[in-house]
Amino acid sequence: MSSRRSRSRQQTGSSRNITDEQIADLVSKLQQLIPEIRNRPSDTQVSASKVLQETCNYIRSLHREVDDLSDRLSDLLATTDTDSAQAAIIRSLLSQ
Amino acid sequence: MASLISYLKFEEESKRKKLWKTGYELRDPNSRSETSWRSESEQRIYSTKLVDALRLVRRNPSTADKVSSFREIREAADRVLAVAAKGRTRWSRAILASQLRLRLANNMKHKRAKVTGCSRPKRLEKKRFSPTLQRKAGLLSRLVPGCRKVSFPNLLEEATDYIAALEMQVRAMTALTELVTGPPVDRLGSTSNS
Repeated sequence: MSSRRSRSRQQTGSSRNITDEQIADLVSKLQQLIPEIRNRPSDTQVSASKVLQETCNYIRSLHREVDDLSDRLSDLLATTDTDSAQAAIIRSLLSQ
Repeated sequence: MASLISYLKFEEESKRKKLWKTGYELRDPNSRSETSWRSESEQRIYSTKLVDALRLVRRNPSTADKVSSFREIREAADRVLAVAAKGRTRWSRAILASQLRLRLANNMKHKRAKVTGCSRPKRLEKKRFSPTLQRKAGLLSRLVPGCRKVSFPNLLEEATDYIAALEMQVRAMTALTELVTGPPVDRLGSTSNS
């Protein structure tokens, strides 16, 4: 593996070799975040491919949730006309 | 546009700190100041800023149709989320940058065909990864904003942070919608009816 700075589309900075161990470490960190995998009873190592797949699925589902919530918010904010009252409510409840 | 100004400040600051050019450095996670997406205070700050942004959105009744109001809300939610990251992550900078580009394009009445400026996704050139892994890494890189050409370790780092941030976004927006629909429902037990 070339130790020169790669000028190509890859990372512009570090020229250090990334070890498999570091990658495995990152993958396991990611693994902990994903409920699909975290809630599994078995503690055996999940393959990196599976982790990546589940990560993609999870991010997509989060995107969908945000879209859905934005949609609901846009409906709600469009129909209500007492936004100052709501803002007061929200402020007071948020400042708890 | 306060968020615009703050983004430009972060850009300046990060250039000075060479954050843009950082490859994957083995940063000790304890020394790196990460946003704690799980903390209640972070969520509260986000919710407050989002409410402010949304009230600005509502003042513009010219965008009366549903699709554009949905767009505006989604963009406001993403923008506030990206600002909360304080310029530390690539995905947050990419979100702000792409929104800026859109705004500038619209202001100059110069509609470009593709404002995201994305090129064809390049295959990650890690020869020791199997094609399946490469493919999945490519999928992931498309989902996380601004990460199409980053190295695999960087991608995993960005994805980790991005997921935590998204989860906070969902929590905050869920709470917000409940508040907006919820005042008659006395779920909290002691809502003051003024």
